[in-house]
Amino acid sequence: MKNIIDTIFANATRAIAFGVLLLLAWIFTVLFEHSLESLQAFGFDFILEDKWAPNLEKFGALPAIYGSVVSTFLAMVLAVPVAMGIAIFLSEIAHAKLKTPVGISIELLAAIPSVIYGMWGLFYFVPIIRDVFGGVGISMLTAGIVLSIMILPFMAAVTRDAMNTTPDILKESAYALGATKWDVIKDVVIPYAKSGIIGSFILALGRAIGETMAVTFVMGNVHKISTNLTEPATSIPVALANEFAEADSDLYYSSLFELALILLVVSFVIISIAKFYFLRRKRVGQ
Amino acid sequence: MTHTQKRIFTSQVVMVLSTASAVVGIGFLFWILGVLIINGVDALTLTIFTTEGTPPGSGSGGLKHALVGQLMLVFYASMFGVPLGVLAGTYLSEYSQKSKIGEMIRDISDIMMSAPSIVIGAFVYAIVVAPMGHFSGWAGSIALTIIMLPIVLRTTDDMLQLVPSTLREAAFALGAPKYKVILQVVYRGAKAGILTGILLAVARVGGETAPLLFTSFNDNFLNMDMMQPVASLTVTMYNYATSPYEDWQKLGWAAAFILSMFILAINILGRLILLKKKVK
Repeated sequence: MKNIIDTIFANATRAIAFGVLLLLAWIFTVLFEHSLESLQAFGFDFILEDKWAPNLEKFGALPAIYGSVVSTFLAMVLAVPVAMGIAIFLSEIAHAKLKTPVGISIELLAAIPSVIYGMWGLFYFVPIIRDVFGGVGISMLTAGIVLSIMILPFMAAVTRDAMNTTPDILKESAYALGATKWDVIKDVVIPYAKSGIIGSFILALGRAIGETMAVTFVMGNVHKISTNLTEPATSIPVALANEFAEADSDLYYSSLFELALILLVVSFVIISIAKFYFLRRKRVGQ
Repeated sequence: MTHTQKRIFTSQVVMVLSTASAVVGIGFLFWILGVLIINGVDALTLTIFTTEGTPPGSGSGGLKHALVGQLMLVFYASMFGVPLGVLAGTYLSEYSQKSKIGEMIRDISDIMMSAPSIVIGAFVYAIVVAPMGHFSGWAGSIALTIIMLPIVLRTTDDMLQLVPSTLREAAFALGAPKYKVILQVVYRGAKAGILTGILLAVARVGGETAPLLFTSFNDNFLNMDMMQPVASLTVTMYNYATSPYEDWQKLGWAAAFILSMFILAINILGRLILLKKKVK
């Protein structure tokens, strides 16, 4: 009797754990199946075509891909130095009394839902962009900035964690040799934590590229490629959020599913690079 | 300037710059928090909790429908996500040990944890909403379950591995079968950690908007039927905030405030549980 329960319990846990593997495979398969119609209709041109015209049954993903790339790039350019600064501040400069409260508030801010950042962006940041740069204020630039603020806490927290892994004895040795704080940071901490820091940035990049709500409010969902950053634009998640519930033809749906598939594949690759190349997991316990 | 002075000067410049960037970054974040609190408190009234949505302009609407809907969506997601996640995590920590397949499941759940949530929404749309022919609360809960599962799985796995193997061996030596060892010894040892993991997972899915947009959709009135579209705080917030009506926007801020406070409270509670455990 004991053995039976034991076997049942072991197999139940195994089945569920394997279910997680199957789930990811299932997600890929379903998205692929639903993209087939669009894949057959447009083939490879889908990602090269810059026209997205639902009324003409013509779908090209280039504007959305362009918007995803540019907004994420802007967010990274803005967030990386500031996150680096916060991480250096928290791990090397701040007094112990300041370190914990500031560190915890940053971690808590990372838990605030992204929809709140989007809402703040719409009501408080869009007017600023409108006043400074003209236009409607809903733009690629606004999206990039709001996105950078949204990923900042996460990025700063993981970068700080990476920097904190540097053993004190290494830093102390450097100080004993007469190194300044900056010498220690650039020649000891950063080289030691390099792969962790880069991994954190790439992980943040993976988050930014799939982020929907922080940008949906402020981007405008206009399928047009413009080099002017103060004009409305779109990105893959923004297009999905705006159009999925109202798509009215099979081909339209299929094209949106293909967008989702592209997004999933891209973030899968980015996250894999971060996780497997830079952040090889340290096993806990045992 | 001597070489040493130059080095000290550079160092000080960098210190000032990184402190400044920290101040700017943290300043932005507190700006958002401040805006949230000022607008939220301003919009918060008791009637919000007792009234459902009303047409814009009437100024008398509430968020009862969204609050109840949100609780239902998260509750059902947890009903599935927590037991499944805990059991799968148990397999990884207690049964798979160092096997390749176990490592692979860990890696896959790590990836799923960071996967774009809107894609999960699209997936659930394809497997639930499209066959059913309409949006439903269940579709929303299923999307949230998928997001929750890898988080609970990974924290359970990590927390169970922290339980010393001597505890397991002691129980085995007394003749306890493995499932009993796990249920009565290992789980007990990792209780605080698992609970924190569950709380963080609940907080995470509680703030999800994107996967609900086209699964549970929205409803301006109270609906308890999970087979029908169900309102959520997040989607309501999105719809109200992007509407041109001032009273709706105000309700949007109230929803944002309630949701953030709820999520912050859960996060802090989770931390306290772990902290208390460590102090013991």
